[in-house]
Amino acid sequence: MESVGLDPFVIGFTVFVLAVFVGYYVVWNVTPALHSPLMSVTNAISSVIIVGALIAAGPMDLNLSKVFGFIAVTLAAINIFGGFIVTRRMLQMFRKKK
Amino acid sequence: MTENQTAIAYLIAGVFFIMALRGLSSPVTARRGNFLAIAGMVIAIATTLASPHVVSYEWIAAGVVIGGAIGTFIALRIQMTALPQLVAAFHSLVGLAAVFVAAAAFYAPEAYGIGQAGDIHVESLIEMGLGTAIGAITFTGSIIAFGKLQGLITSNPLVFPGQHLLNALLLALLIAAIGYFCFDQSPMIFWIIVGLSLAIGILVIVPIGGADMPVVISMLNSYSGWAACGIGFTLSNNMLIITGALVGSSGAILSYIMCKGMNRSFFSVILGGFGGETAGPAAGPGGDRSAKSGSAEDAAFILKNAGSVIIVPGYGFAVAQAQHALREMADMLKEQGVKVRYAIHPVAGRMPGHMNVLLAEAKVPYDEVFELEDINRDFASTDVAFVIGANDVVNPAAKTDTTSPIYGMPVLDAENAGTVLFCKRSLASGYAGVDNPLFYRDNTMMLFGDAKKMCEDVVKALG
Repeated sequence: MESVGLDPFVIGFTVFVLAVFVGYYVVWNVTPALHSPLMSVTNAISSVIIVGALIAAGPMDLNLSKVFGFIAVTLAAINIFGGFIVTRRMLQMFRKKK
Repeated sequence: MTENQTAIAYLIAGVFFIMALRGLSSPVTARRGNFLAIAGMVIAIATTLASPHVVSYEWIAAGVVIGGAIGTFIALRIQMTALPQLVAAFHSLVGLAAVFVAAAAFYAPEAYGIGQAGDIHVESLIEMGLGTAIGAITFTGSIIAFGKLQGLITSNPLVFPGQHLLNALLLALLIAAIGYFCFDQSPMIFWIIVGLSLAIGILVIVPIGGADMPVVISMLNSYSGWAACGIGFTLSNNMLIITGALVGSSGAILSYIMCKGMNRSFFSVILGGFGGETAGPAAGPGGDRSAKSGSAEDAAFILKNAGSVIIVPGYGFAVAQAQHALREMADMLKEQGVKVRYAIHPVAGRMPGHMNVLLAEAKVPYDEVFELEDINRDFASTDVAFVIGANDVVNPAAKTDTTSPIYGMPVLDAENAGTVLFCKRSLASGYAGVDNPLFYRDNTMMLFGDAKKMCEDVVKALG
């Protein structure tokens, strides 16, 4: 198969376009009553950029990149913990009529 | 782990994130959704830690412990009324983290397989430039939004001559800098991109007034997703791209819903200048119109004898911390056989869905809470509309007065109810700065006072 020259960008872009469509249909299904939890949970999961930070903070030798990685890990961790906990707090309040 | 195994594990994490958002389609499945999102995050982090790139764990552990402790502390302490500020602050952190990840990749590109320092692939440079720019704009933009929501800076729109020209100029400079970055990948250019984007983030949000904050906060939610996407492209990480795209489209849809809820175009929100004290003359109670006012005892009498009541809560009621007093009032009415429901306007509160959370916090069952389109017709067959802390969202002028700044905005038809009880401090205009003719209707009774105090007094009178 002639796959020589298929750019990684094209693969990434394919994934991107499909994910936007998935996001579009999934999010329209979210009930308006839960739009605040939606926002806090999406905020938490966008902190998945922590994976980029881990790679930067992971090597042995200390350099500028590692320091940046450490800062990014810390910032993203605030978000991940904070975002998921506040979402959980919100969702636990939603109760049906007894 | 091999590269293929890593990719599969990342894919699983991505699917978990999709399922998490799917879970939010109903309050019944929402808690499971949040759990799936946490699981996805754990998989993503564990996979990265197991990859050969990561060999030293001390700094990572320190970062996670420090960040985790701060995040946990804040999330457990925060009051639900302050939720919008909190979310804005969290958005700023995602933006800043994206800038730092991009900077790390810029200084050590070999770790990410995108070239050597000083010799990064052109494509990666463009992606890195975009990711950095969006991240930095998200960072400062969210800081400004946080300041406005927290009341640290005025929520009035800050406008000055030549503002749009300056923004356009900076944007053009930013695009030029990203273009130039492909030819000259010196650290100076990288930091110029960061600096320009930080400035744009500030300038784009300062002219936007407090009334438009629900749009702004949704928009920044969207940006934080696109920033994650940009980083995903830079690192050729499909999971980051998937997650970023999910968050980006989620924020975009919320912005659209908020704009529609205010009948404002996205562009006019971005251009700013709407709302706050600067927006038009807040017409006083003009002419010979006079509003009837009543006491808590009058209100209790009317409510007690009603067959059905629709409560219309606005942000003012949350500021007054009246949720619990209101629910107590509703409980007493229900005991007396009154049918009580709540009507929520899409832009009630300071962020999408804010009012639903505040009611849920006060233990109002979510099946008594209805969205505008589901309940608006029922006002005509309802005895009492109890408007508390809301104003613009029940303004009939939005339907009839073509000169009104809020003309065309969907509003709750509270005036169709048999009696309107309007609990408010004064006859002052609302956030949009427009007078409300509903105050002066024959079937309206104003209940002047603090929302919480009024609910407590009604409870006393009912008891």
